[in-house]
Amino acid sequence: MDRGFGFLDAFFKWELIERYFPTIMQGMAVTIEIAAAVVLTGISLGLLLAVARSFRVLPASALIVLFADIFRALPPLVLVLLVYFGLPNVGINLPSFAVLWLVLSLVLAAFCEEIFWAGILSVPKGQWEAARSTGLGFLGTLIYVVLPQALRLTVPPITNRTIAITKNTALGTVIGVGEILNQATTAQSFSGNATPLMMGAIAYVMLFIPVVALGRFLETRFSWRRA
Amino acid sequence: MEAIGQQFFNLAIMERALPLLLMGLRQTIVICLIVIPLGLAGGLAFALLSRTSLSPVRWAAVVAIDFFRAVPPLVLLIFVYSGLPFAGLRPSPFAAVGIAFLLNTSSYYGEIYRAGIESIGLGQWDAARSTGLTLSQTLAYVVLPQAMRNVLPDLVSNTVEVVKLTSIASVVALPELLYSADMARSVTFNSSPLVLAAAIYLIMLWPIVRLVSRLERRIAT
Repeated sequence: MDRGFGFLDAFFKWELIERYFPTIMQGMAVTIEIAAAVVLTGISLGLLLAVARSFRVLPASALIVLFADIFRALPPLVLVLLVYFGLPNVGINLPSFAVLWLVLSLVLAAFCEEIFWAGILSVPKGQWEAARSTGLGFLGTLIYVVLPQALRLTVPPITNRTIAITKNTALGTVIGVGEILNQATTAQSFSGNATPLMMGAIAYVMLFIPVVALGRFLETRFSWRRA
Repeated sequence: MEAIGQQFFNLAIMERALPLLLMGLRQTIVICLIVIPLGLAGGLAFALLSRTSLSPVRWAAVVAIDFFRAVPPLVLLIFVYSGLPFAGLRPSPFAAVGIAFLLNTSSYYGEIYRAGIESIGLGQWDAARSTGLTLSQTLAYVVLPQAMRNVLPDLVSNTVEVVKLTSIASVVALPELLYSADMARSVTFNSSPLVLAAAIYLIMLWPIVRLVSRLERRIAT
């Protein structure tokens, strides 16, 4: 049966492109929504944790490191399945998109915390001491002196990590979130044709190629000066 | 509290699931042993091709790197696994995982090598060539050793990502660690096997994650 119709018919069938274009677009909207929410909560939570860590209160710092380590070491799909199948059994019911958002936000926050913390550490001690001696308080020093210098260094790694994690929105298909991949595989099994899959792949490329290119640009623009 | 213990940390269920999970772990390790060395080699090839003087080859390599970095690995995997049959090829789950992960992993390693090679000043090339080393000798003995040192944290952290990536092979029913754990979950209606799998991933990856943090900090300061 496979040999029966040609490559174009199997991957670029025009009537299927027409039929499933709105569906894929719908998936794209869902992907963008979840990705935007994840970027927002993930990066802010990461920054918050890194700032909290700079107060150097031992038990709090230890907990933050533990959180960051665990969420950097575990595969996101393990976390997604654990939360999705585990929570209902203890009486918490979250819709699948909320599960995806929650897990990816926590993973992104863990990575961002480490990157922001490395950035904060990279600001020389003299900067802290000079700022404090001018009469700025601890928070003032952090906000006006340390973070502006630290954040500049973190732009490229944060961008790259954020891209990598927002791509994980595709994992939502496993728990039935109606994002691009989910719409594409559903359409593929309905139509018995690979065209929707091709459309899904193209949708992802259109979404992420500009971001990947931006990441590379930022990398050269804000590059760490390495010996 | 009782319910959480029963649902997530049920030792009796973990004990029953352990043999199955260890079989899955073996499969996970096999994938890693194939994908990581081949990916490192493929990445080097991608990086070198993206720097040749032949501009069509150079552009093709850059486009390939960007393309495979832009497509989520799960999308690539499903495309290879359920898309290729429409072109008359029927990859087994294992072959599909191999192809998809290699393309993805090589392009990530490739981008890292590329950044590493670019971090080496042109003076190093000129100096090495002027001592009589050929182009490939310069690359092998002068540029790559320094480049690798500069991007070592990124190489290690990407390797952690590859190990984590193997978990999505479960989506095409390849019986690796996560697939085995999820099977045990659906049979027992209990999340403890997933927690056990998470613990196994942590034991494998936590030391490397710590190492990455340390390497990154050494370079940052």
